[in-house]
Amino acid sequence: MNIVKHRYLYFAISLIVIIPGIAALLAWGLPAGIDFTGGSLLEIHFNSPLPETTPVFEILSGFGFSDAKVQTAGTDKLVIRTKEMDEVTLNSILTEIKTQFNADIVLDRFESVGPTVGKEVAARAAEAVGIAALGILIYITFAFRGVKHAFRYGVAAILAMLHDVIVVLGVEAFLGHYLGWEADALFLTALLTVIGFSVHDSIVVFDRIRENERVHRRDPYETVVNLSIVQTMARSINTQLTVMITLLSLVLFGGSTIRHFVLILLIGVFSGTYSSIFNASPILVVWENKEWKTWFKRSPA
Amino acid sequence: MKQNRRWIIPILILFAVSVYINLPNHPGIHLGNYDKDIKTQLGLDLVGGVQALLEADLPLDAEVNSDNMETARRIIEDRVNGLGVSEAVVQLAGDRRILVELPGQQDPKQALSTIKDTALLEFVDFGDLSSQQVSQLINTTINTDFQTASDQSDAVSLTTEGPVYHTVMTGSSIKQVGVTKNALGKFQVAFELTSDGSQVFKEYTTQHAGEFLAIVLDNIVISAPRIEEPITAGRGSISGNFTYDSASNLAVQLQYGALPVPLKVVQIETIGPTLGQDSLDKSLVAGIIGLAVVMLFMALYYRLPGIIADLALVLYILVTFALYRWIPVTLTLPGIAGFILSIGVAVDANVLIFERMKEELRAGHSIQKAISLGWDRAWPSIRDSNLSTLITSAILYWFGSSFGASIVKGFSLTLAIGVLVSLFTAVTVTRTFLHLLLDKINVSKHLKLFGL
Repeated sequence: MNIVKHRYLYFAISLIVIIPGIAALLAWGLPAGIDFTGGSLLEIHFNSPLPETTPVFEILSGFGFSDAKVQTAGTDKLVIRTKEMDEVTLNSILTEIKTQFNADIVLDRFESVGPTVGKEVAARAAEAVGIAALGILIYITFAFRGVKHAFRYGVAAILAMLHDVIVVLGVEAFLGHYLGWEADALFLTALLTVIGFSVHDSIVVFDRIRENERVHRRDPYETVVNLSIVQTMARSINTQLTVMITLLSLVLFGGSTIRHFVLILLIGVFSGTYSSIFNASPILVVWENKEWKTWFKRSPA
Repeated sequence: MKQNRRWIIPILILFAVSVYINLPNHPGIHLGNYDKDIKTQLGLDLVGGVQALLEADLPLDAEVNSDNMETARRIIEDRVNGLGVSEAVVQLAGDRRILVELPGQQDPKQALSTIKDTALLEFVDFGDLSSQQVSQLINTTINTDFQTASDQSDAVSLTTEGPVYHTVMTGSSIKQVGVTKNALGKFQVAFELTSDGSQVFKEYTTQHAGEFLAIVLDNIVISAPRIEEPITAGRGSISGNFTYDSASNLAVQLQYGALPVPLKVVQIETIGPTLGQDSLDKSLVAGIIGLAVVMLFMALYYRLPGIIADLALVLYILVTFALYRWIPVTLTLPGIAGFILSIGVAVDANVLIFERMKEELRAGHSIQKAISLGWDRAWPSIRDSNLSTLITSAILYWFGSSFGASIVKGFSLTLAIGVLVSLFTAVTVTRTFLHLLLDKINVSKHLKLFGL
């Protein structure tokens, strides 16, 4: 198995996934939820038949929420998104819905976030991702301090991590555009977890390179890196499998509240394993050979 | 291999302690002055309830006094406890915010009015009650004619059965309050009244000297001093068996029947009880199924070591869950997801070791040697990769704390605990068990047991 040899094929596969994601992000943007933008979210459970969304929207318009979005979820639930709503208005609206549709309803969820808090959360979230990246870079550089070019390992891990972040953000942009999903605080949690796992996987391979470099001093770097990837492959796949099993069972049986969260984790963890095997370590080889010098030549020398 | 046995006793003790802590309906531990309740804390998203984030309603660039925020927090805590909500959480989140969680509450409007409304401070005439009758009324809820007169608009009915007492005046008559020492060097609460208040107080205390005057906050009698002499100058003091803390507590309540910092609601979340229960049931099922499949996978793929790893995994779950109950960690939905995810992390350490062990076996090392080498060589990977996950958890925790985003906090905490516990169970426990077993078996004849 020679993974390093075909490294440009694997980089290409990554690009095929990443480029549409970036395009989607540029075109549609990240569907930021009320945690980041401010606003209110209502989930109303109907024990009586679910009304049409249009008259519900008209009730909301009547209270000044002409920007409200009313969606059905499942067969017995309405999800309503509006600009920020206070508790008094909420009660009036619920009463109105009850009387107008003669409905038996339960308020399953009511969330309201002020716009300034939303902005601050968004800023702090970006900060959290940045600090996490920096912390990991510093840690890897430190952990590999005995190795030649320790810094490269940190950068390669961060590049692989960025790969996963873009994959997750791109998927979210698609989900937001086509399914109306929104990125909330839980989405951010999933993203940060993906970052953690991605680096976790990269380190396992790097660690093997560190060890093999001592044992196989005579071999070219490329061979050592490939050997390390192959040796850790069984571990990568098996660990991947166990994590996927637990996440998959959460997607299938875990209820709707966290389905979005777990699905993002599932995609991110998969991407994380891919990038650590097929991107992070091959990047080290590219760097070692300084291959970018030949990238833009017309024909290979 | 004696040194591998030294862990047996600690592991057994750990197992026993974890099982003990995980006993359902745990009575808690009460030894002398040491009291510890042990139970599973479930977050709002699992039991339903109201969560509100309050922010100081001051210009963004204005400095918010941290003592005032703490005072406001304490007052809100008192009010919330008055609601009779068990397990309510009131905590500071960052410099200018207070997080309030009210499990089981369903009506956000009612919950918020309790939190935000100015507390009502009243001076109440206790007539000719004896000092014994008065002392029985301290800390109980009473009715006063002030509320019954003014509460027609609000839907608040009489709070309790029993007589209706006369309100002499309310907290709006108080100008200033402080803690001083009296001639005997004892702490007392000194107060100064507004001019209107002075007049009312002068008339009243002149007529009722020797009787008890109750200080009532939100219908609860917090103190009932005897009127020693008429208070004519608009200044008075309340003495009693005060410590400095209890005196300043009372002073704060007198002064700030209203909150010392104006607060506004910037975020509110309400979860219905059925949604919470549904989420809890489903994630439990998901966890059990996920766990069962992972254990099966380990046993089938790694054979004997896999089964031992499964045993270690069971211990991992027992210990982690016991820690959640002991610390306690409030379990939220993402927290449970973090826990289930950490099962994958826990298994990863064993996968790393076993793969390494198989390599060493294939290289022709003896089984004992292969185990030792497997552990030694897998360790740096396990250490470095887990530390990076811990770094991420710490950053998530910080992020969650500054916003009262308790779901994020819960997730990061469960993930971090999972990583730490798994380092112990997957490394030390598995190795101990494996050596214990293998010292008795000649494995070279049973390589199948290792999936080779």
